[in-house]
Amino acid sequence: MQEIKFTINGKDVTGGKGQTILEIALKNGFDIPYLCYHPKISKTGACRMCIVRVNEVMLKTACTEPAMEGMKVITEDEEIIKIRKGILELLLAEGDHNCLYCDANGACELQTLVHRYNIDQVAYEYPKRNREIDYESSEGLKRNENRCILCGRCVKACGEIQLSNVWSFTDRGGHTHLTSGLYEKIGDSSCVKCGACVQLCPTGSLSFQTVLGRGENWELTKESSICIYCGVGCKIDYYKNKEGLLVKTIGHDDGPNRGHLCVKGRFGFDFIQNGKRLSKPLIKRNGVFEEASWDEALDLVASKFIEIKDKYGPDSIAALSSAKCTNEENYLMQKIMRAVIGTNNVDHCARL
Amino acid sequence: MTNSIREVPLSEGFLVIGSNTTENHPVIGSMIMKEVINQGKKLIVVDPREIELSRYADYYFQIKPGTNIAILNGFMHVLIKEGIFNKEYVEKRCEGFEAMAKILEKYNPEFVAEICGIDNPEDIVKAARLMAQLKPMALYYAMGITQFVSGVNGVKSTANLQMLLGNLGIPGGGVNPLRGQNNVQGACDMGALNAVYPAYQPVASEENKEKFEKAWGVSGLPTKPGLTIVEMFNAAVAGNLKAVYEMGENPVMSDPNQHHVIEALEALNFFVVQDIFFTETAQYADVVLPACSFLEKEGTVTNTERRIQPMHRVLPPWGDARDDWWITMQIANRMGAQWDYKKPEDIFEEIRMVTPSYAGITYERVEKELIQWPCPAKDHPGTQYLHKEKFSRGLGLLTGIDYTPPAEETDTDYPVILTTGRILEHFHTGTMTRNSKILDEIVPEGFVEIHPNDAKIYNITDGEVISISSRRGSIRIRARVTDRSKPNVVFIPFHFFEAAANELTIDALDPTCKIPEYKVCSCKIEKIYL
Ligand code: SF4
Ligand code: SF4
Ligand code: SF4
Repeated sequence: MQEIKFTINGKDVTGGKGQTILEIALKNGFDIPYLCYHPKISKTGACRMCIVRVNEVMLKTACTEPAMEGMKVITEDEEIIKIRKGILELLLAEGDHNCLYCDANGACELQTLVHRYNIDQVAYEYPKRNREIDYESSEGLKRNENRCILCGRCVKACGEIQLSNVWSFTDRGGHTHLTSGLYEKIGDSSCVKCGACVQLCPTGSLSFQTVLGRGENWELTKESSICIYCGVGCKIDYYKNKEGLLVKTIGHDDGPNRGHLCVKGRFGFDFIQNGKRLSKPLIKRNGVFEEASWDEALDLVASKFIEIKDKYGPDSIAALSSAKCTNEENYLMQKIMRAVIGTNNVDHCARL
Repeated sequence: MTNSIREVPLSEGFLVIGSNTTENHPVIGSMIMKEVINQGKKLIVVDPREIELSRYADYYFQIKPGTNIAILNGFMHVLIKEGIFNKEYVEKRCEGFEAMAKILEKYNPEFVAEICGIDNPEDIVKAARLMAQLKPMALYYAMGITQFVSGVNGVKSTANLQMLLGNLGIPGGGVNPLRGQNNVQGACDMGALNAVYPAYQPVASEENKEKFEKAWGVSGLPTKPGLTIVEMFNAAVAGNLKAVYEMGENPVMSDPNQHHVIEALEALNFFVVQDIFFTETAQYADVVLPACSFLEKEGTVTNTERRIQPMHRVLPPWGDARDDWWITMQIANRMGAQWDYKKPEDIFEEIRMVTPSYAGITYERVEKELIQWPCPAKDHPGTQYLHKEKFSRGLGLLTGIDYTPPAEETDTDYPVILTTGRILEHFHTGTMTRNSKILDEIVPEGFVEIHPNDAKIYNITDGEVISISSRRGSIRIRARVTDRSKPNVVFIPFHFFEAAANELTIDALDPTCKIPEYKVCSCKIEKIYL
């Protein structure tokens, strides 16, 4: 890529030819606000929050404007602030943005910008257009379109990342709104509940069924791991609340999945905190399982293995290892069979 | 996979055979769909069932289950006959061409169409011509290639085709098996297999024996390969196998011929189950040990593209559950070993010493780098795609492979073909997904897909509970009338214990790698009259 040099707020920056002002600015740590832009989808240039001043006169949307050699970019001045405030006020006025009862409270990009630009109670009257609220039809997704800012990220998430093309815009002007499938309920559409649209939605318009009543966003903590299901090995951030209950998952950008997940990785985590989990060693006595201590159980296993090995030879014992366990665990399983018991009778379900 | 997931955009086209990618490996499925739908890349799909990808395919072949090799031979026949294969590549990098070409001679499109039960032989020619133009084309497959008595040969055939097209050892090409479980790749790499140590070093080798005796500080390591899963159960029934130590598997649900598995488990003197749930298998155990779930443990896993990734402890252990590695170590030590691993990283450090392909990988590196094995040294970046300049054996071996029919063919008693698989919302034996509220709500119960023609013949309506039986068992299951499969072929997902497909499937094995033939057996459909 050909290198170009220009300045942002008077500071020299370099970028590649063809990159937009926004891409280069974000990479260099400049904070330009945006709502419809998202690095994972194609550019929209609709919300106009990212306008910047180019060469002292023109106002351009940084997310669509290619950076040019020698350009002078100013990311914020009085006029820009005024415009951004105006946009935010309109967005607030258009919907039902009462954060008190919104799942996105504390993790909402609109809310963050409203705070940043110090927007007060909006003077316009909320038009109450009554767009779709649907908390029921889908097992995975909740939708409250009165919080929608028509940024279009969900449309592109579904059309460019998941490729199920569920969302589209319909009607015009002030009546524009989202629709799923052919005017179906989201639960009746071809949605496969991958959650990509929710993950990209900047507001609480789309949210997961798993989050309600499980704590405020700022109370959640996260840690990354790898999905337990298929061999793609998606990297996932698992969020839990103060009580340690798993709340939601977000696809991690660094994994092979590049942030995307399927329905299993997205929602298939609560089995872990299901009351049916085994929590104590069990020993069968006279046909009935009884709880036992670890020492008791482990001693019994070891002594039985020794007894059977002595009586029938090492090849009378076998192990089934697991494609759901880690490398370290599989390694030890084949090691115990070979080095301690003395047999190669070890296999797992690669074949199944 | 010979190649990497991030190479999907580099392919000019895709051949997807025996993989319902958008349901079983959905994230890769979406990546392929994006190239095909949004970028206009080419797609050829071979699958007995209409799948999401087949809707967007340039050519779709709805073959009879178990006839993959025939159609792959058909493509290669055309490539050779028309002289449009990659001659330069074959000359420079392969051997065995002449012998293979000879075997392929009889696989003309009409002959192949007959075997595969398809009525578009001219499309075989067109698809082969298209493949020759796609530089590069990536081939993706999954269990729809391997779960047959001819599974190993099926895999070889995919490699033959890709070599003929010059698509091995280049970015965006490759033979890409999609692994069904999150760490199948790693479990194999670690030697959790009956005939090999870590990194596929054969146990039947004095040199390897000595190497591991030294590394482990033991003597007398066995050189005789052990039993595979299905062989284990046979040995148990025969009285030769007395004890089984099972970690995180559910063979009663996952193995073919369920009755036989149960018979085997009941015949054992001692059976230990180490798992997170009291599974269908656990009830046959003498001791059940509670293990940590994946979010309660640390360690590494290796995905389908050979990439090693770290898992972190998200939650504390459930109840009195313990790490699987800790439990195994405790048993070993109580049998006289003196293992002293304090944490998974200690084990990984030992893995590095005995596993050449992992030698350069450390916990520190996997936290911040994308590393795929082979990675022989700490300053080695890992390997994005295999067979770059040459194959591990030097020249790539082209082998002619004849089509052989499945072990059980339909007859008058069992006239219908049964094939099994997974669906998007559930996983394997259902232990995890069926205990996940949302996934269970989406698809709460099992079903059998049956073609409208068959539904008519047997007087069955959509949603009706019917009986499906094979020589091995019989189940009751709800019918889903759909034309996704051809008439006389039924499909059952195997996640549901109340209607377990594996009560029906056959335990015939591939002679080389012992994979059971899940994907095809014969059955009969019966209406239940109340
Ligand atoms: S959940 Fe996935 S499939 Fe469903 S609408 Fe959102 S992006 Fe599309
Ligand atoms: S639902 Fe969310 S992502 Fe979609 S247009 Fe509305 S605000 Fe944007
Ligand atoms: S999220 Fe889906 S595609 Fe990704 S690893 Fe898990 S099961 Fe596979």
